[in-house]
This record gives sequence, C-alpha cells and structure tokens, in this order.
Amino acid sequence: MKKYKSDVVVIGAGAAGLAAAIEVKKAGLEVLLIERDKELGGITLQCIHNGFGLKEFEEELTGPEYVQRFINQVKELKIPYLLDSMVIEITKEKLVYAVNRNEGLIEIKAKTIILAMGCREKTRGAINIPGFRPAGIYTAGQAQRFVNIEGYLPGNTYVILGSGDIGMIMARRLTWEGCKVKAVVEIQSYVSGLLRNQVQCLEDYDIPLITGFTVTKIHGHERIKGVTISKVSRNFDRIIGSDKFIECDTLLLSVGLIPENELTLEAGAEISQNGGPLVDENLETTIDGIFACGNVLQVHDLVDMVTAEAKRAGKNAIEYLDTRYGKELKKQKTFKCISGENVGYVKPDVINKEDIAKDIHFTFRVKYPARRVLIQFKDENNNVIYSRKKIYVIPSEMIELNLNLEEANVNPKSKSITIEVIPRPEVLIEED
Amino acid sequence: MSESSVSVVKVIRCIVCPTGCQIQAISKGSDIVFEGYACERGLEYAKQEFYEPKRILTTTIRVEDGFLPLIPVRTDKPILKDRLREALNEIAKTVVKAPVKMGDILIENILDLDSNLIASRDLVKK
Repeated sequence: MKKYKSDVVVIGAGAAGLAAAIEVKKAGLEVLLIERDKELGGITLQCIHNGFGLKEFEEELTGPEYVQRFINQVKELKIPYLLDSMVIEITKEKLVYAVNRNEGLIEIKAKTIILAMGCREKTRGAINIPGFRPAGIYTAGQAQRFVNIEGYLPGNTYVILGSGDIGMIMARRLTWEGCKVKAVVEIQSYVSGLLRNQVQCLEDYDIPLITGFTVTKIHGHERIKGVTISKVSRNFDRIIGSDKFIECDTLLLSVGLIPENELTLEAGAEISQNGGPLVDENLETTIDGIFACGNVLQVHDLVDMVTAEAKRAGKNAIEYLDTRYGKELKKQKTFKCISGENVGYVKPDVINKEDIAKDIHFTFRVKYPARRVLIQFKDENNNVIYSRKKIYVIPSEMIELNLNLEEANVNPKSKSITIEVIPRPEVLIEED
Repeated sequence: MSESSVSVVKVIRCIVCPTGCQIQAISKGSDIVFEGYACERGLEYAKQEFYEPKRILTTTIRVEDGFLPLIPVRTDKPILKDRLREALNEIAKTVVKAPVKMGDILIENILDLDSNLIASRDLVKK
C-alpha cells in the first residue's frame, strides 16, 4: 500500500474543497485534494445556468465559469490532487484511506482534515411513492448531469416533483432542449425555490406549477406512462377524490438534499439535526482537527456562500496547525446553540466560551415562511441578547449573521443560546 | 381623460429581491405608468420587462474530440427573450472542436443580436 503525508487533506474537490485547499496553500502549508470524479469542479460544473458569483466576484457567472476560476488557481498554485479516487475511510487519528485505479489502496497521514464531500439528492425511496418501479424516474440533478455533461435526454414528456431550484431550472433546460414539461408539482402550499427561478424558468414558458399536490401513484411497468397527483391536507395526507392523472414518460424528483456524511459518521464524529456534522464556531467537528465546510455541513442557497464558508474552514485549519496541533486536548466550556420557535437548525451547534469576544458567524433556516418577524437570540435566563426585524423569511433562504456575544452582553455562565424567529408583537396589535 | 381608459396591461412579478412586489403596468390614455414597486431597482426591472425583456441564454454545444461530448456556453450579454428559441436552434446546428478555453467565442454575434456565444469552461482534448 502506497503511503503519503500532508499537513492538510481536503476530501472533495467541488466548490468547497477547492476554496479550502487554495486558502491553505496560500499560507504556505502542504495540502492534498482528493476527488472521486474524473475532473476537479464538483456539481457546480453541471449547473450551466447563470446567477453565480455575485457575492464572490461581483459579477454574474455560470456555474462552470465560477468553478473554473478556482480550478485555474489550484493549477497556478500547483496544489496536488488525486482524481478518480474514492476515500473509503477516515480515522480519528487522521489517517485517510482511498482507492483509485492506478495505485489501488492508498493511505494518507494528515495533520488535519477538511471535509468537503457535498450533499446528495433524496430519491424515490426517501418519499415513498407507491407504484411499480419502471424506467424513467430520475432525480433532477441526475437528469441535469445527463443533459448538460453527458449529452443525452432522459425522456420526452416530464412531470417534475418538487419546486426546488434544481427542479425549476431543469424545467426550463428541458423546454429549451425541445422536451415538454407538463407540470411542476409541489407538496407545500408555497414554492420552495427562488422567486427568480419561478418567474424565469416556469412562468416564462407557461409551465404549470401545482402547489399543495404530490405524486401518489406511478403508472407503467417497463417505462413510466404517467403519474397520479393528489391534493394533500395540512398534514400532507392525500385528500380522497382529488386525484388527477398526468401522462408523462419521465418523472424528475427535486425533493431535497442530504449532506453526505458516511465518512464523517464512520470516523466517529457526531452528526446534528440537519444531517451535517456537529461543529463549533471554527467549523471543527467533534473530532479534534477535522473541519467541515460546504454542503456536507449544511445545504447552502448559493455557491458563493459555500466558498466563503470553505475559506473560513481553511483559515481555521491553518490556525489549528499553528496553535493546537500535537498539544493536549483542553476540555472546553461551551454554549449550546438551540433551535427555538420556527428555527429548523443552527450552525454552529456549539460555541467555545473562550471565543466569546470573537465575531461568531451564525447560519440558520426557518421551518416555515412568515412575514414581519423578529429574529431573537436569548441566553439561558431568557434575556434577549440580540434582536433584528425581518420582513419575510422562508425555509429556502438561509439566514446569515455575525454576532459578538461579549458585546451582546451574554451571561457568560449561560449554558445555551436559543435562536427563535417570532411574529413581531406590534403587528399583532395593528391587526387587532 | 375618462376612468375607462385606465387599465392594467400587465402584472410583472419583481425578482430583484425576495419581497417579490407585484408591479402593475397601467395604461392611462397614451401613457404607461408603473405601480406597486417598492424601490427604484424594481421600477427599472419592470420597465425593462415591459418594453424589452431580455435573458442570458445558457446552454451547451456539441464538441468533437473533447474530454466531454458537450461544452457549456452562454451569451455574453442578455438577448431578446423572443429570440431565444431561434438562437437555440442555431446553436443546435453547431459543432466545435476541442480544445476550448473559457471565454472563447464559439458563435460571433449570434443572429445579429449584438451578443457573442462564449465557452463557460476549459475543455481539453480526449
């Protein structure tokens, strides 16, 4: 077995891995990128539409253009990378095992590891659609890869389940390629993707958007012949008598993304409620010296946000090597971040009390849309340490904010901080 | 001017920010006025959408001898929305040869729409 060593090993060379590796290399440290696909770039390569880069580069780019800029930097900085290489195990001792065709099994001894494996799509199994298992059922991202990279169309007439951004973008893409998209069906009463995509991908092409419905039956034996959609109640139960049949030869599923954390789990890191690893304000997992960034940590709205997070992970890995590597672990006192009313999850999951004077970068999502809300942070004694108004919140829009806990006068003895998104009290009075 | 000559000709959903204002293009006599926007950027957007809607076109072109069979491309400026289909048909007829560099012009001034079709990435030879 061939053995390598590197200060930092980055697993995954998508938007997150590339940015993290560049950050580390610029500080003069050794870094090795490991990628399972046959080229650098990750999923952003198949997102050929525009809308990327407005935050990072202050110009509007397509996905491939965005990621090409980072690939070019990796090459200029001569960052070593392994392609076609699948990491099969990482350990607490920061040994990384990978396999590839040229070398077979390899071992890399790292001082620190940055996890950047991204996420994967939920499939039919995750949402339990009854019916046979005919050909013609794909996830939206899989279809995107076929159409934009491999160069073939998965079908002719489509129903798309889920109004996430990938689903809506695929509706337009397939229409442009001469296919017919019969409908985009959404179980919620509201669209889950960006308004911009609803307008420019669906309304521009008169593609019907059917909200409050879901697919309840798949028809066809060899190839899918159509789907039954049904109206659902508030609890997402099928309403009897609301069935409608839509003929189609392909069903695309755009029903959510899950951080891909098999390696993380096997290494023994704790996973939190959002499916990503539990991290502190340094993006460090519960394993000393293993960091996480990008969609493996939490699914982001924009690749620009992934890049920003990956740079932070890179910086923190450098700081770890400078100050903590090889030293005895100190048991830290922490604040636990708790998801309060209408908050789905919060990152970081914990905050080390010794960082109380630093600006902490919080990211979180609401569970349901709401207008005229108050975002509040409270300590253990229910003292409000931060509050901000927001006109509109929706689960598909991640909320980001920086907060210095010391300046916010948090009680240093508090064990937790609760984040909640509540209706603004004055609105209740107005409405009376 | 009588009341009856005032009518909503088009409702434009603003995409500038997540608020999503419903902006109405209202015909008053011979004028068009816009109502329902909350900011100047929204008004700009509504005017553009009403008089001359344009879009950046992003698609793929077939490649000969490439590492991949397709290369992603885009127009370097937004083009008229009404001409997207025609532009797509033109692109479907085109084949380019690898290698290609990001930013290379693959179709110059497509359909005389004052926009070039450019490569969105590098693509090496097979």
